[in-house]
Amino acid sequence: MQALTNKAKQVSRKPMNFMEKMYLPAIFKGMMITFSHIFKKKPTINYPEKQRPFSPVFRGLQILNRDEEGRENCTACGLCAVACPAEAITMEGAERLPGEEHLYKEEKYAAKYEINMLRCIFCGLCEEACPKDAIYLSETFTPADYQRKQFIYSKNDLLIPHPKENPEEYQKALGNRPQKATSN
Amino acid sequence: MLLTVDLALLLEKLILVIVVVFTSLGIAMYTTFAERKVAAILQDRRGPNRAGPFGLLQPLADGMKLFFKEEIIPNFSSKFLFILGPALAMLTACMTSAVIPWGDKVELFGRTISLQIADVNIGVLYVFGVVSLGVYGIMIGAWASNNKFSLMGGLRAASQIISYELAMGISLIALLMITGTLSLKEMVVQQQHGYWNIVLQPLGFLIFLVCAFAECNRTPFDLPEAENELIGGYHTEYSSMKLGFYLFSEYINMFVSSVVMATLFFGGYDVPWFDESTLAPNIAAIIGVTALMIKVVAFIFLFMWVRWTIPRFRYDQLMHLGWRILIPLALFNMLATGGVILYFNK
Repeated sequence: MQALTNKAKQVSRKPMNFMEKMYLPAIFKGMMITFSHIFKKKPTINYPEKQRPFSPVFRGLQILNRDEEGRENCTACGLCAVACPAEAITMEGAERLPGEEHLYKEEKYAAKYEINMLRCIFCGLCEEACPKDAIYLSETFTPADYQRKQFIYSKNDLLIPHPKENPEEYQKALGNRPQKATSN
Repeated sequence: MLLTVDLALLLEKLILVIVVVFTSLGIAMYTTFAERKVAAILQDRRGPNRAGPFGLLQPLADGMKLFFKEEIIPNFSSKFLFILGPALAMLTACMTSAVIPWGDKVELFGRTISLQIADVNIGVLYVFGVVSLGVYGIMIGAWASNNKFSLMGGLRAASQIISYELAMGISLIALLMITGTLSLKEMVVQQQHGYWNIVLQPLGFLIFLVCAFAECNRTPFDLPEAENELIGGYHTEYSSMKLGFYLFSEYINMFVSSVVMATLFFGGYDVPWFDESTLAPNIAAIIGVTALMIKVVAFIFLFMWVRWTIPRFRYDQLMHLGWRILIPLALFNMLATGGVILYFNK
């Protein structure tokens, strides 16, 4: 039969000689191989303490952005919800009242904004659809909880920490991608 | 007067028994940890490192988990024997260490205490008697579970022990012909003054080592519990601490057979090229016990190292190795040793 590749190896069927029948040399050879693995570098890292660097295009949990003053960017236009292939995003818009200018950037804002993280497929289409740079995917990724309803993230879970009141947390939430910070 | 002396002796032996049993339990506990760690390192992994510093509390966590798990006794099992099985396995595992000389002697409170619980003049026979009793624990447990996989595991354990006990005994006879004694203490003293028995009996040691692997049900001879064909073998139906006892007794057996091998072939508590008799007895005893423990740890590492190198034998291969290779080889070794002894005694 013609071989499809040249990877096929002819198996040797010759009877074993005395040394091979003793097994012990072969076993000793095998034990030397396993012993040499003691000194090899371990590919495993101690995960929660140490993490591998992410790729610059890594897509983790969503974050709702604020501008430098700490005002929410989102105007509840609904483009992210439309773009979402998993239909994980819902929102309710509301009008900004006088005196709330320090909270919301534009006249309309999202009173309610929910992402169902069990539906979300982390495709990043919401980020691409957003005209206001209000939502982007962060580097946080292992959410864990005991109940399904905890996975419906509300605005409280999603909003980035306030850049002025809580600058350290804000920088941490921004991750390694400062170019994504408020620059619309 | 006689009574008080006896009482002190009793107390001394009692303390020694407690120390030895707890030491072997502790060592067995940490052998489970070492097994996982060695396995991990040989496979380029890290192994348990979460419980306590370097994962050192892992065995405690494992033991606690086993204690808190639900105890299940199958409906159709014979309950008394089902409980007797693991108890017997554990008991025989702990009993073996009674005749092992852990060190020479210490002087405490003006008394000379021998670091051996019982210097029986048939020490070797006692060890082998008790070790082969250990298989009853497995067989009874396997039979009582009323499960065909368990029964298969039990059968395998029984026939494996019978096959390998023979070769082990014959290889031991050659050793006994050289030493001329059955007392383990006497053997160690002889090795202190002469050569280690490994020099005189290399083939005998090899046979003994292979058989010890088989007796301990360790890979490559762990057929009684072959996970992928017998779903756990004799302990399929066991859960909670009864399962723990079975697994634990395996590790104690491993420890004890390491001690026996170190004592029979590697000089026991003897340190090579070093005369302990010039030192104070207490210091010499500490050095001796340390030397024995180093040898034991080396053997335990060998057990693990082999486990993660060689895959399990097929059942007919196991029997072939036992009956058609090891027993003739042991017989040859016995005859050759006898011939050499006769030749030199003339």
